[in-house]
Parts: sequence; structure tokens; C-alpha cells
Amino acid sequence: MTMNTGHEIREAIARGEVSAVEATETALAAIAATERRLQAYLQVTPERALARAKEIDAAIARGQDLGLLAGVPVAVKDLFCTQGVRTTAGSKILENFVPPYSATVVRRLEAQGAIIVGKTNMDEFAMGSSCENSAFKATRNPWSTEDVPGGSSGGSAATVGARCVPIALGTDTGGSIREPASFCGVVGVKPTYGRVSRYGIVAFASSLDQAGPMTVDVRDSADALEAIAGFDPMDSTSANVDVPHYAAQLRNDLKGIRVGIVSEFEESIAPDAAMHALYKRAYEDLRALGAELVDVSLPHSKYGLATYYLIAPAEASSNLARYDGARYGLRVDGPDVFSMFDETRAAGFGPEVKRRIILGTYALSSGYYDAYYVRAQKVRTLMKKDFDEAFARCDVIACPAVSCPPFQLGAKSQDPVAMYLMDFFTIPMSLAGVPAMSVPAGYVDDLPVGLQLVAPAFEEGRMFGVAHAYEQATRHAWARTPIVYAGDGHAA
Amino acid sequence: MSKVIGAPADTEAVIGLEVHVELLTASKMFCGCRNAFGAPPNTLVCPVCLGMPGSLPVANAKAVEYLCKAGMALGCTIAEYSKFDRKNYFYPDMPKNYQISQYDMPLTTGGSVTLPSGKRVNLTRIHLEEDTGKNVHAGESIARSAYTLVDYNRAGVPLMEIVSEPEISSAREAEEYLAELKAVMSYIGVSDVKMHEGSLRCDANVSIRPAGARELGTKVEIKNLNSFRSVGRAIEYEIERMRACVREGERIVQETRGWDEGSGTTHSMRSKELAHDYRYFPDPDLVPLELGRALLSRWRTELPELPAAKRTRYVRDFGLSEYDAGVLTSERSDADFFEAVAAASGNPKQAANWMMGDVRKVLDRAEMTLASARGRPEQVAALITLVANGTISGKAAKEVIESVMIDGRQPADVVAERGLAQTSDAGAVAAFVDQALHANADSVASYKAGKEKAFEFLVGQVMKLSRGKANVEMVRGLLKERLG
Amino acid sequence: MPEVPIDIAHVAKLARLPLSAEEAERFSSQFGRLFEFIRELQALDVEHVHPTAQVIPLHNVLRTDEVRPCLDHEAAIQNAPATEGPYFKMPRILE
Repeated sequence: MTMNTGHEIREAIARGEVSAVEATETALAAIAATERRLQAYLQVTPERALARAKEIDAAIARGQDLGLLAGVPVAVKDLFCTQGVRTTAGSKILENFVPPYSATVVRRLEAQGAIIVGKTNMDEFAMGSSCENSAFKATRNPWSTEDVPGGSSGGSAATVGARCVPIALGTDTGGSIREPASFCGVVGVKPTYGRVSRYGIVAFASSLDQAGPMTVDVRDSADALEAIAGFDPMDSTSANVDVPHYAAQLRNDLKGIRVGIVSEFEESIAPDAAMHALYKRAYEDLRALGAELVDVSLPHSKYGLATYYLIAPAEASSNLARYDGARYGLRVDGPDVFSMFDETRAAGFGPEVKRRIILGTYALSSGYYDAYYVRAQKVRTLMKKDFDEAFARCDVIACPAVSCPPFQLGAKSQDPVAMYLMDFFTIPMSLAGVPAMSVPAGYVDDLPVGLQLVAPAFEEGRMFGVAHAYEQATRHAWARTPIVYAGDGHAA
Repeated sequence: MSKVIGAPADTEAVIGLEVHVELLTASKMFCGCRNAFGAPPNTLVCPVCLGMPGSLPVANAKAVEYLCKAGMALGCTIAEYSKFDRKNYFYPDMPKNYQISQYDMPLTTGGSVTLPSGKRVNLTRIHLEEDTGKNVHAGESIARSAYTLVDYNRAGVPLMEIVSEPEISSAREAEEYLAELKAVMSYIGVSDVKMHEGSLRCDANVSIRPAGARELGTKVEIKNLNSFRSVGRAIEYEIERMRACVREGERIVQETRGWDEGSGTTHSMRSKELAHDYRYFPDPDLVPLELGRALLSRWRTELPELPAAKRTRYVRDFGLSEYDAGVLTSERSDADFFEAVAAASGNPKQAANWMMGDVRKVLDRAEMTLASARGRPEQVAALITLVANGTISGKAAKEVIESVMIDGRQPADVVAERGLAQTSDAGAVAAFVDQALHANADSVASYKAGKEKAFEFLVGQVMKLSRGKANVEMVRGLLKERLG
Repeated sequence: MPEVPIDIAHVAKLARLPLSAEEAERFSSQFGRLFEFIRELQALDVEHVHPTAQVIPLHNVLRTDEVRPCLDHEAAIQNAPATEGPYFKMPRILE
């Protein structure tokens, strides 16, 4: 199996060695070959993709400039609205919803020539860390089909991890890009809050949600982020900050870079010898590239879980109120409109979503608002300050992305808090709004594990620079072949 | 506080009004859909105002400006820092099942509305929010129809909520308060304030208490008030109902009551809903407002002269009565018209008489307004000048005004065409006078015998002989001379 | 099992999300563990800390008052579970 990265495909198209149609057909074939075992997609859209690829080829033939992602097959999580293509957010309540408009990031991807091949599976409304909360199917890990791909952007991580497409989009609210990226051995980027427009992305928690790329290599993440980032007049919270040409900031050494190591996180990971060793080696690799390692502290990170599980469900409880059966989506009829609302919501939402709606409604309810929601927002302030102080001492932070390698399907599905703890290392960055990414750092028990890199707000370029140097020096992503190819007759 | 009419002498009413005013922006509050009344159902909608998954609000700068200008006009304090909050509750006309509103940091606080009596009703706050869609129901009432039909054209229209302190003490004051608010809003051009189209809506909080008592009685909120008249009627009805409750020894229940225009009564809107818990929190899709002094002072300079200031000026500079000044200033466009007539004619008093008298009369008869009429202020002024310089009589002018206002004709043309110009030629007038005296010797005798009435008869005879064209002032003068 | 302060039945009503007895009981016990974490927040002194509703320091993000095209009527109602004429149709409102 030869899977090319997005930039390789684009360059091959530029040289006339391959067409966008051929690149799309290759991706569709890889999806067809693996989908039975992987279950990464809620919908593959071959006709639409091929029609689009033909347009790209025609445009190239006419001599038009190649977009940043010209002819590159891309998958998007099924919460990006795609005009005319069903968008479910992994929920029964939106099973038949066909948006009349496309998300800004979808339009921007397509404007750069990307070919969208399908909509990937996810935890319902992006609530989960294993993809098992999808109302439709459980996606498998391409490195071990007994295991989960992580979540909530599990389908996107799995299809990139399986080398079906070089780039997929996910969203990250508390770790939903970084954790599945770690689990599936891919690069996953949560940009600065406000870096990427949220318009047209089915909302989970508005003050935390960010879309970002999941790719095989760092360069593709840099290009994909460049394509989707930037101010959008349709999103009041998108920042009017220039988007640099990230590819120009990729580095091959780390001379002069101060990398912060978070003492609290090292204590947390220490009891797991294999994980601890993996990260220790990763930090040493950074040092070997010329980085200076400095200790930093995020003293309030231990409150991250509690803070997050008040703020995110509170916002979600309000964001998800609109799913009532009145205007779109599932309807379960009742004798009057309010019973219709009740019946529809009871039937349409899965257990995790219900759990969070209840929790969030409670956190906002009269008498508890100050004690829970406002208090959580105050702790969020402290957490943001932690990062400000840490970044006064270092240029980037390197830390664990996850506390463990991928786990078996069903292993944590009866224990929500155990599942919530999967986001322990990723939540603080989400609350602080700073950019963070997971980059493949090796294998534990033959399963991928990611290193998390974190930068100050709007310094994604710096983060990519460090990630690229590390990736090129270690090449963990290319060290092995995903197991999903063994046994189906489509192996390399 | 004034006494409630018909109530025991020791009862007084305490009323607070919550007025919703739709702002006259081109587009909606949080999306680019056209803000218009009367379009076919569900044609002025988009993903944002339909609350579709993934859609996001972006606040309309003009709506913020309009609200602040309304606040400035009412003497409110504009907040240095303000934000939008979500008000969470489920209702089918609300696409997101939350309303974007403002909770603890409204754009303005304080301010007041001055009633004609001089009484000031203080305002609590004015905040910005989005309107809901409209439930349309077959049959006589929502509860009795088998289903609900919803039109979301109105959903997301910018709305300001003006909340008064409970300082209004009668139905009449409530109506006066609304009239003044309406005048101010139409002056600054932030709303078309048409109650029948729902661009001004009112809820009233009513309670009664023993006269002079400090604490407030149990409050009832009346909804569905969609005309000035129904606000007054509903409040009167409700005060009577409460008074009857007290008389019968019943307890007044704190509740929401609906006004039924047909029966002229209020009825309890029993809600199965549990006590409302709106779970307000800052809308994370929107960022705070910090408008800054420079912007606010620019807006302040853009404010037009407001009705109260105009009234004072009319009384002071034009010598008009308070009443006339009030009538002339109730609509800004009317006041502007009047001022143009006054300026062009140099005769404000005559301008006021014409505007409130014959101009109004011919427009009403034709079911037109000053805006839709073809006559312009310069033409009305020209007519006034024709009377003032004796070219035509006041009576003839009344015949001309209709053609001027409705058809937009020039007064001089109409006068010429109809031959309405007066004869001021002394010889000609004297001939008519002499002819009349000669033909009416009896009347001359009566007058000389002391019957004053005979004089007017003689004037009439002269005018008749001149077919109305003799300058009546000259006629009088000559008659006096001849009879004297 | 640690004590959970949530009146789940009341909150479920506010959220318009009726739960089965089994769901309510399961959630209640699951919230127990989460509240062990949440209670740690209560111990923090945050009296003089400003709440952060938004991490980005933006303000006055406003659009100019310009009309943009609406959805075609058909596109607006195409996802509606029920319509009548140009309207969204739903069961009656019981006040």
C-alpha cells in the first residue's frame, strides 16, 4: 500500500503525474477495502467526490492556479454541515438532516481544491472519547480492530490512521482531536480558540469547540490549517488575526527552542512505566534536536476535569435545546407540542448526551449557577493564567496527549468518569484556548501513542515547527503498517 | 398617586409596563435576513434565524446604535460594558429554544418618560434581544386548535425591551406613557412603532394597594395588549377585578393573565409549566460590547430635537398653546411639515391652525397622511400668504386647500382657475356697498336703531353681490363709514 | 456512593428530557463520582477572580446592517418533519 500525503498528491497533480480523479479513486478504493473492518464513515460520497475531482482536473487543464489542497481527498467529521449531504452529528435526532448550507471550513477546503469523500463517524454530538457513543456504529482502531479509535473524532482519526485519506477534519472540545490522533497514530491539531470559524459546525460547547486537521504528517496539518483558518464574518468569535504560511515555519532542528515540561503531568504519568518511558524518550529526542528542556507548572490543571464538566455540559444543554422535532430532524409525535418535544428528545438522544444535558442544565439552574457555572469560569481564568506564566518560561510545552494507549471496545463504556479522565491531559489547553496538537511518539503494546505539543495563542506556526522537527527525526508514523491492512487482501 | 376611579377612596393602583419595540433595521438582529412585516410565511429565514445546527449569531451594529439612541433620548445611562445572555426556555416559536437577550448587564439603565402632567415615570432598563416567530392557529384559540402552524419570519427581528419602574398609577397614565414612548421612538427613527403590526407590544404589571402604603400588592402580569386602547381597557378591567377580589375577601393570585379584546376581560393563563427557571448565562457565541465614549458622543450628536424640546420651543417661540404644541409634535414628520410651513409663511400661528384644522380635515377625508399627500409645506405656506396679503378670503382658502394637499396643485393656480381672487379695488367695492345699502333700506334702519345683527346681514349682502370676491375687510370698513 | 445534590426529576423537566427510572438512577450514581471532582473546586478561593466566559479578548464584533439573501422557502422547510402550506406544522400548544 502506498499512501501519499496530501502535499505529495498535490505535487504529483501539479507535475501532471496523477489526476484529481485518480487520487480520489485511490482514496475511495482504500475506503472500500477497509470500511467493513474499520466502520469509519457514516456516509461515503463517491459521486459527489468524483464530480468535484473532475471539476478540479478541468480547472487545472484550463491553467488555473492550484489551490493549497488541489485534488487532495479529505474526509470530514459528520458534524460539519455539508449542503445537500446528510449531517447527523452521530445522533439519531439528526439522522435525516440535510443541511441547506455548508460550514465555512467545508467551503474553504473546497475553495482550495480539496475533494470531500465522506462524512466520518463520531461520538454523538462530539461527546465521548471512544467513538462508541455514536448512535450508528462503533469505529475500530486501524492498528487493532478490537480497540477503539478514540473520540469524539474517531472516524476521522481512523480513516487517516488507516491511510485511506491523507487529511480529515475533526473537532476538539476537550481533546476530541488530540486523543483519537494519539490512538490512531496520526497528527491531530486543535487550533487556538477563534483561529478557525465555527460557522456550520454542529455545536457542542461553543466557548471550547474548535475544528482542526488530522493528518498523516505535520506538513499536511500545516497546509490544511492554513486553508481553513482565519476570520469569518459569520462567526463573532473568530479572530481577525492574519494566517501565516505555516509550511514556511516548519523546522528541522530545535536549536534555541525552550520546551516546557509540565511537572504536574509528569507526576500523573509516572505510575505507568511504559507510558512514562515513552514520553521520557520523546523529551530526550527533543533535546537531541537542540531544544532546551525547562520545567513549568500548571498548578490548576488538576481542576481541569471538574471545570470542563461544568462548562461544556452547561453550554451543551443550551446548544442542544433546539433539537425538539419542530423544524428538522427526528420527531416523535405527541398529543401537544410539549409532549412532542419531550418524546422526541427522550428518543433522539443517547445516554451520554442525556447525561451531559442533565448535568449542564443543573449547573445553570437557579440556586446553583454561581456555585457551579460561575465558579468554573473563575477557575478557567486561573487556568489561563497558568499557561501565560508557563509560556513566560518556554516557547512550547511538550506533555502527554493521553494517559494510555488505545483500549478495547466496551472497556470503559459503562464508566463515564473513567472515560472523562481520558481527556485529563487535553482539557486544560481547551479551557485556556491555546493551540495544542498530538504528534505520533511511538508505540506502547504495539499501539500508537501521541506526544502533545502546546503553544501560546495564535502561535500554531511555532508548534508546527517543533512538531515537524520531531516527526522528521523520529518518523514513528512510518515505522509500522496499520493492522487493518492485514487479512483483507489489501495489505501493502 | 391618583385615585382609582370608582374604587374605594383608599385604594391606589401601581402599574409597571414592559414595552417591546421592534427596531427598524434593514436586516435582523443576528443574521442578514430582511427585517420586514407581512412577507409570505417562512420566506425571510436562514439557517441562523431558523436555529439550524451549526449556525451562529453576529450582532447587528445598527440595532445596538438604535437602542443606545433610544436610551439617550430617554435620558438613560449607556453601559460601558454590556453583553448578551441566553434565556433558556422551550417554546415552538423560538427556533433555538433559547432567546438571545440581556440579563444582568443591559445596554442601558435608568432614564425616564415624562407624562403631559409633568410626572416622570422612571425606567429600570432597556435591553436588546431577538423577537420570536409567530404561531398561527386554526380556530378561535391556540388551545382549541388541533395543531400549530409556525412562521419564523419574525424570529430574530431586533427588539428592545423598555422596562418601567412601577410608578404608573392609572390606565390613562399608561396610555400617556406609551404615547410619549411612541413619539420618542418615531422621532429618532428607530422604530415604526405600529402596535397593530406588533412593532410595539406591551405587557402590564398591575397591582393595587391601600393608598399611601409603601409595599406593593400582589402583582398580575397582563399579556396580549396590542393597541393603546387595549392597554388602557385591560388595566382598567384588571384594577376593577382586583378591587372586587379585595371586596369579596378573596386573595389576589400572582399570575399571568391574557387580555381578550372581544370580551374586554382578562383570563388566567394557567401554565402547566413549572415555575420558570430561565438559566441565563452569557452567550458564548457572542462577545461583549464596550462602545466607548467617542462612538457614544457621536451618536448623541446625531439625535434629532425630541418632542419635549420641540413643545417647549413651540410655546416659547411661536406662542402656541401647550395643547397645540403637543398635537403638532406627536409625530416627527408632522412636526417637520409644520415647521417648514411656519418658516415659509413666516406665520407660525396660522401654520398651526391650518395644520391642525383644514389640512388635517382634508387628509382624513381622503384617508391620507402628510407623507402620502402630494401637497408640500411651501404650497401650504403660499396659501397662508395669499390670505394674509388679502389676495383671497379665508373662506376661499378653505376651498383651495383640498386641491393643494391631495392633488399637489399650486394655490395661485387654483385661485386663478376658479376666479377666487378678492376684489380690493376701492371703487368696485364701494359700488357693491352702495348697491346693497340702497336695496336694503330696512336693514339700514334696523342697524341705526341699534340692531347690531343688521350689520352682518349687510356685509353678507355685499359679498353676495360681489359673488364673494369683495375683500371683506374693505367691505366692513366702507359699511361702517357709510352707516356711521 | 457519595451524595449527589441533583434533583434529577426537576432538572429533567427543565431540560425537556424525560428519563426512565432506570436512567435517572444510573445517572445519579454516575454523577456521584464526578461530584468528587467538582467538590474540589469548591475548596478553591476564587473570590477575587474574574470569570472567563470567552478566552479570546474580543469585543464589539458587529455586522453592518445589510440584507443578505435568505434561504429559498423550499430549502427552509425541506427538513421539517411536518408542514402545512408554507408553515412548519406541529401539535397544538396547550397553555
